[in-house]
Amino acid sequence: MESVKQKVLALNGDEAVAYAVKQSDVDVVAAYPITPQTIIVERFSEYVANGEVDTEFICVESEHSALSACLTASAVGARAFTATASAGLALMHEILYVTSGCRAPVVMAVVNRALSAPINIHCDHSDSMVERDCGWIQIYAENSQEAYDSIIQAFRIAENPKIMLPVMVGLDGFTLSHTLENVHVLPDETVRKFVGTRQFPLVTTHTGKEAPLRLDVENPMTIGPLDLPDYYFEHKRQQEEAMRNAPEIIKKIHDEYGEISGRRYGNGLLDPYKLEDAEIAVICVGSTSGTVKTVVDNLRNQGVKAGLLRIRTFRPLPVDGIRKALEKVKAVAVMDRSMSFGGHGGAIFHEIRHVLYDASNHPYIVNYIYGLGGRDTSPNQIRKIYNDLQKIVETGRVETPVQFVGLRE
Amino acid sequence: MKTEKKGWKEIPIAGVCWKPSTEYLTGDWKTYKPVRDPEKCKLCLLCVIFCPDGAIHWKPEENDLEFDYNFCKGCGICANECPFKAIEMKL
Repeated sequence: MESVKQKVLALNGDEAVAYAVKQSDVDVVAAYPITPQTIIVERFSEYVANGEVDTEFICVESEHSALSACLTASAVGARAFTATASAGLALMHEILYVTSGCRAPVVMAVVNRALSAPINIHCDHSDSMVERDCGWIQIYAENSQEAYDSIIQAFRIAENPKIMLPVMVGLDGFTLSHTLENVHVLPDETVRKFVGTRQFPLVTTHTGKEAPLRLDVENPMTIGPLDLPDYYFEHKRQQEEAMRNAPEIIKKIHDEYGEISGRRYGNGLLDPYKLEDAEIAVICVGSTSGTVKTVVDNLRNQGVKAGLLRIRTFRPLPVDGIRKALEKVKAVAVMDRSMSFGGHGGAIFHEIRHVLYDASNHPYIVNYIYGLGGRDTSPNQIRKIYNDLQKIVETGRVETPVQFVGLRE
Repeated sequence: MKTEKKGWKEIPIAGVCWKPSTEYLTGDWKTYKPVRDPEKCKLCLLCVIFCPDGAIHWKPEENDLEFDYNFCKGCGICANECPFKAIEMKL
């Protein structure tokens, strides 16, 4: 049930993101165009040109500068947003760590795209999976509607005084970014009220007095200049604490948003589908989950107890939730849309297996690398994965723990 | 120069400095320390200008120099720049 009357707009994923940013009272946007993210920046610059927003739009010469501008704007207390993809995110790598280290609550849309070489503009998750250790919260959207909803929630999550971490929202390049979808949008006023104004935790400055964490001439302070071996470790532990605080707050914000919009994605961290009594399950992130759901429905009609666990929040990893969700499952297939060369499977596979090591239930767990460079993944291929899982449960044997889906020999 | 170190729950987040940098003594980084020979020194003050740490003070009322060993890191630039070879770096 919708609690607020909403318009339905025909938007692609990028436009949905731009629309969410337009409504979220953002002070500064600094971005550099890169396929398939370009539409976000284009649409937003139109909002600026038309006077629909009072955002300061900074044209920069690179993604390294884009994020630097957002970080510094955020440090003076502004709400800042940027967007990128692939090589752009890779060029931001250094500043990703600076942003989380300075506890700047920047929000960024990452339109997931493969990394070069060879150059490829299509979707996989190599760009953001490699950044999983950089201290940013990571949310992956299944569709454009969720991309819109997640961007709005991301500002609240990032700026929560108990979190104060940057958030990246991933949406699949082209599959979502360039595909028109009916997107329900909240009224401007509702979003503005939901995101509110920025909150600032108090910190002790060099004067010995407490002040809100922002650069302000009335209350001068220095943010993140230098740590020697005597304090660096302590500051990293603080970032880890913020990550540990995040799951409960993400759930609460997701719930509050659900009350207003009528839309929920599991509990905001994990989005299970027909998993309760499932014997075999697939785990994945992003838009492929939609295809997996169709296959689950078909298998259920045939009496197969199949389910899906979609990971919405990958950082922080919902460890307890994953263990609980897989408590009764006999065999799990993790789908990874990125490669960890020489690493015995993909990033999500590593983490899920790692989480299950301490669980009471130890299902068989196998890995499927799929969809690299935008390679399409069909329902038939996903059905084959479920068939493999059935066979593993029947025989009690795993022949090949890590496989490639849709790859020609 | 040992100071009590705080835990991660006690220090402000975001690497915010909670005390002035002048309270963070860096003098124990040095191996060699500059020693001035007042006989050779002509008080030209080039060392004051060249010191990257501002650790050499000119005292106008006495028209004299003083090394602040709490901050001198022993880089030796003063000894190198002194036109009168009045500063020697000593262990």
